Amino acid sequence: MKHRKPKDGSTSPRRNHSLPKCPTGIQGLDEITCGGLPQGRPTLVCGGAGCGKTLLAAEFLVRGATQFDEPGVFMAFEETEAELKANVESLGFNLAGLVRSRQVVVDYVHIERSEVQESGEYDLEGLFVRLNHAIDSIGAKRVVLDSLEALFASLPNEAILRAELRRLFRWLKDKGVTAVITAERGREQLTRHGLEEYVSDCVILLDHRVTDQIATRNLRVVKYRGALHGTNEFPFLIGAEGLSVLPITSLGLNHTVSSERIATGIPRLDAMLGGRGFFRGSSILLTGTPGTGKTIVAANFAQAAARRGERVLFFSFEESPNQIVRNMHSIGLRLEPLVKGGLLRFHSARPSLYGLEMHLATMFKEIVAFQPRVVIMDPITSLMDAGTASESKGMVTRLIDYLKAGQVTSLFTSLTQGGHVLQQSEAAMSSLMDAWVLLQDFEGNGERNRVLYVLKARGMAHSNQIREFLISDRGIDVVDAYIGVSGVLTGSARVAQGALEKAAVLANQQEAATLKREVERKRSALERQISALRSDYESEALELRRIAEQVGTRTSVLGTERTASGILRQADIKVATIVQGKPRPGRKS
Amino acid sequence: MKTTKTSRPTRALEKSLATRLTGRYVLRLFVAGATDRSCQAVQNVRQLCDAKLKNKYRLEVIDIYQQPELARDNQIVATPTLVKAWPRPVRRFIGNLANTAGLLVELDVGLRGSARL
Repeated sequence: MKHRKPKDGSTSPRRNHSLPKCPTGIQGLDEITCGGLPQGRPTLVCGGAGCGKTLLAAEFLVRGATQFDEPGVFMAFEETEAELKANVESLGFNLAGLVRSRQVVVDYVHIERSEVQESGEYDLEGLFVRLNHAIDSIGAKRVVLDSLEALFASLPNEAILRAELRRLFRWLKDKGVTAVITAERGREQLTRHGLEEYVSDCVILLDHRVTDQIATRNLRVVKYRGALHGTNEFPFLIGAEGLSVLPITSLGLNHTVSSERIATGIPRLDAMLGGRGFFRGSSILLTGTPGTGKTIVAANFAQAAARRGERVLFFSFEESPNQIVRNMHSIGLRLEPLVKGGLLRFHSARPSLYGLEMHLATMFKEIVAFQPRVVIMDPITSLMDAGTASESKGMVTRLIDYLKAGQVTSLFTSLTQGGHVLQQSEAAMSSLMDAWVLLQDFEGNGERNRVLYVLKARGMAHSNQIREFLISDRGIDVVDAYIGVSGVLTGSARVAQGALEKAAVLANQQEAATLKREVERKRSALERQISALRSDYESEALELRRIAEQVGTRTSVLGTERTASGILRQADIKVATIVQGKPRPGRKS
Repeated sequence: MKTTKTSRPTRALEKSLATRLTGRYVLRLFVAGATDRSCQAVQNVRQLCDAKLKNKYRLEVIDIYQQPELARDNQIVATPTLVKAWPRPVRRFIGNLANTAGLLVELDVGLRGSARL
């Protein structure tokens, strides 16, 4: 009855909200399907050989019985009950126990093709009766048919079979059980025998593909009538606890954010980031060409965080933990006490060890186990080689999502090839990153120098300056690069430029000193002249005084002599006095 | 599981064989309810066996609606299904037996075999 309604199309939007869903309990699948499989309807799970159809179906049933109190019927067309139990056991499901406790019924349907001969009209009522009996015997809510297509191989008349399968799916709907039907992937269509034609409510496609020798399992909800669902292809894993479809986290962008800032361990870099470092819970990308010191910056960041008492998880895809510890020791970073103290943990794995999704799952596991505040991935690019660009971007997105949800600060280093600074992959990845610090080489004058600058830092004032970045046995030192008319100068060129400037200053100083000395000399010459003139003047004045004195003396002497002669000549005093006033005329006369 | 499934009819068979004549045919017809198709099948089998085997056969007609567990035990998928349980090999004829050629060949082979014996 139900299945006819959505076909009208007119009522479907209203039904979106009311469509009941049956949770699978499979990690991640319920998130993608926004709640589970359509309740009371059949779902088709198709995929190639070995992609996990049976396990998905079995997990749906087992979790239904154990977590949702919904008993189930497993109708196996390919495996016997014993085989099925053993296979599912390896995933940690106790199917045998559930069968004993009457929560699951396993019915193995087997038709020996060589025994069977067709002789007239028939139908599949036998199958219906068996299924009905199994469902009713335990009150099952879930049914798995794995895989119906085996019937095509064992029953000769395809026309009858198709008609009966159509009837079967309708019957399952009427019965109100949530069914999972598995089918082999076809060449041109979703299933080999076109079962998708009959099961049209929900179709899930599983895929197991090998790219560059690395196998990845993918799951995609091709169709989900009357409900919202994630349409992307999601990688999934078959692990010790059953299937887990990634993302484990939500697909939304609604993490809480922190305005707390954390230091990078490099004071000058903090200064470039508004003086206080990165935001907690942000994602940081550190790109650079080989040998620019990405790991060193990352290790500094790790050390700074661990010294604050935060747990740091360091994923290394190139170096072993011991190698990193040793190498960092050479620049004065002592990581081993932090490792011993349990604040820093390394996880090293070769990128090609397994597929991307397995890496992601391992990382999730590590993160969940260690509960770090800071996660470092060094380098993310070599991990990206393990998958295609889009896969790895999806993976990084999921990882960042997951970390952000937990307010974990993440630092990713990324290796770029020389020359091109902005590689395609980085440009794609950068949109996921909150901050991006670039490390770069400058070659010239027969040397190679490192510089560092902040390309972007969301939500904070940051320096636009290029800084030179020196690595010594005392650690990292960030210094101002020389920026002038001739461009950015680093290393010895910077030092040479400094020397050049110093020389210029010295020359100027010397010139000034010379000038000063000259002035001084002139001043002293002037003073010498002044004193010479003064002494001239003084000697002349002295002469004048002497002459005046002489004159006086002579006059008085003359007067005295006149008086004496007057006395002698007995002249009047009057004459004498006149002569005294005018000695010369008197003398002349 | 498979062994128990087959062993039950086998044991029953052995028991019946112990008491009855060897070479006797054991046929089981599984039908689903009293539909036209079921009736046709029963009729067709009876006719053929009466004509060919006279009293040398035993036919059990089982309605799987009544005994659904027997459908499972006997691996019945299609109905009607005629199972020739004895003599070996086991043969299954699915359909209403409107086309009896296959069954005839099977029975003939069996008869000829038993005649030679």
